[in-house]
Amino acid sequence: MKYTSRPAVTALAIAVAGIFTSGASIAQSKDPIKVGFMLPATGTFASLGNMIENGFKLYINEQGGKLAGRDIQYFKVDDESDPAKATDNVNKLVKRDQVDVLVGTVHSGVATTMAKVARETNTLLIVPNAGADLITGAMCAKNIFRTSFTNWQPAFAMGKVAAERGHKKAITITWNYAAGLESAKGFVEGFEKGGGTVAQNLTLPFPNVEYQALLTEIASKKPDAVYAFFAGGGAVKFVKDYVAAGLHKTIPLYGPGFLTDGTLEAQGESAQGLFTTLHYADNLNTPRDNTFRLNFAKAYKTNADVYAVQGYDAAQLLATGVKAVGGDIGKRDQMLLAMRSASIDSPRGKFTLSPAHNPVQDIYIRQVKGNLNEVKGVAIKGLADPARGCKLF
Amino acid sequence: MDLSTFLVQCLNAVQYGLLLFLVASGLTLIFGIMGVINLAHGSFYMIGAYMAFSLAPIFGDYFIAQLLAGIALAAILGYVLEWAFFSYLYQRDHLQQVLMTYSLILVFEELRSILIGNDVHGVKVPEWLTGGMALGEVMTYPVYNLFASAACIVVAIALYCVVNRTRLGMMIRAGASNRDMVRGLGINIRLLYRIVFAAGVALAALAGMIASPMTSVYPGMGGHILIVCFVVVVIGGIGSISGALIASLLVGFVDTFGKVFFAQLSGIGIYVLMALILIWRPEGLKSKGY
Repeated sequence: MKYTSRPAVTALAIAVAGIFTSGASIAQSKDPIKVGFMLPATGTFASLGNMIENGFKLYINEQGGKLAGRDIQYFKVDDESDPAKATDNVNKLVKRDQVDVLVGTVHSGVATTMAKVARETNTLLIVPNAGADLITGAMCAKNIFRTSFTNWQPAFAMGKVAAERGHKKAITITWNYAAGLESAKGFVEGFEKGGGTVAQNLTLPFPNVEYQALLTEIASKKPDAVYAFFAGGGAVKFVKDYVAAGLHKTIPLYGPGFLTDGTLEAQGESAQGLFTTLHYADNLNTPRDNTFRLNFAKAYKTNADVYAVQGYDAAQLLATGVKAVGGDIGKRDQMLLAMRSASIDSPRGKFTLSPAHNPVQDIYIRQVKGNLNEVKGVAIKGLADPARGCKLF
Repeated sequence: MDLSTFLVQCLNAVQYGLLLFLVASGLTLIFGIMGVINLAHGSFYMIGAYMAFSLAPIFGDYFIAQLLAGIALAAILGYVLEWAFFSYLYQRDHLQQVLMTYSLILVFEELRSILIGNDVHGVKVPEWLTGGMALGEVMTYPVYNLFASAACIVVAIALYCVVNRTRLGMMIRAGASNRDMVRGLGINIRLLYRIVFAAGVALAALAGMIASPMTSVYPGMGGHILIVCFVVVVIGGIGSISGALIASLLVGFVDTFGKVFFAQLSGIGIYVLMALILIWRPEGLKSKGY
């Protein structure tokens, strides 16, 4: 300031203000919509993050790369699935890049932090995977949406299915962390509603994979069924250890789809015949799903999975909102209302959103055959998460 | 819980305890004899596990040969590390040792990330150790776990014999009690330290190699076992090998049975055990007095 003359500053200020006021309405329609991806690009969940991003971009590209005439500009941050870095990472997108919408993430702990920041800064957030019940439960907000599932949903459905299959006594086993405990709780609720009882909830610290002692305990308790929530490398090892311990011959193993999704090749023989529940399956064979899978395979030279679907639907949900306001995303309330009442034509089947902004969707029962999670039927039609603690409605 | 299940759980507990002992004995040797707090000891365990992951495809079913090769590589690594870094740490205070060895953890983790990546990997059990033996009507116990226990017992006995029955062991024990006196007797204490350090690294790496098929290999596995091993060393008494053995088995039992009977509290069982023992014997079960 010291070296600039006052008139020059004033002139500059007037010029800037002029651009701002005169250009505001034009800028509104010509500037690109800024989409901030906060997804894992390294570590155990890297491939999941990649699938979500590809799914999202596939839908945008199908729309000619624009939504309601507005270009899309992408910003990316690798969240490393590290809750400790979550606040910094999300602030990079919100404060530095000033994105219009946040899309993320896989890890429930990181997503919870994103939801917290979204609430504080009123940034639009679409969660394309993390199932933490909290996000569309106690933390629910007008500007927070999810296109995936809650941990409760597939678990509750599996509980119902296990009871229907005639099992009376079950044991649950999982890691002692939010997603695992929520999943086990959901199973207990569904199983007990169907008349069964859960004898024991076994846990071990995340991400330990020393299952031997717990498998011994399962063998001694002789339950009619076991419900397990594990994912990634932990899921591979659990399914293999379960078979190695000989338990599969007498005690059927059940789980949410994460037990076998994306890990079938590594599990090989051990996983054959396993029943799981999820909001997607490998051979739905509907026209919508077939088109999607074909386009995805053409674009990325790989088969779509549940994560790709969730990313694709995140883009669909955003598109619904943007189109409803003709691209003028400044009309915030109107846009959020349109998203809230959207009916998404998803590859998984049509779904709407619950008042807490979580999909109300069919949960499929699937069985492992070869390298596929084949659909065997619908466990529960149009299942909505109870959204306990949400004050939106 | 019937008797046979109880016995199988005891097998599990012993197996975990013996594995801990392999890591903790090296930790307590290095601390007890050289006075170095080695936070990087867990990294040696991790290096062993990743070594098993990289060596397994080369050695195939020659599992014993693979273990021996791994031990040799780890011992060389230990020898070099002692020469390059740790030999400068003996006269420093504990804060500097902690800073130095902690930075080594970061270096090893970063190297692991660059060389092998951040994924979780499984390690195959060699063909001749697969399968299980039937225990009761539903359960089979993996042959590999029995092998792991047996291997740990062999190493523990060998370690006991070396420390208590050989000239080298005598010097080690003497060095632990009074290093100036040992130097005064004309023993090459530098070389002695270097050998002990290399042995400690080899023990941790061996534990990692044996554990890898049972636990998978994953980023951060070193940090997890290090904390448990410090609990073992503190309970057993710093510098005491037999104390470490008793403490390892205690921790193995508390952890295994805690997981089963107090699932929600399974993370804190061993720390409660440590607190109780420290109230009873503040210097550990078999303290050597420093």
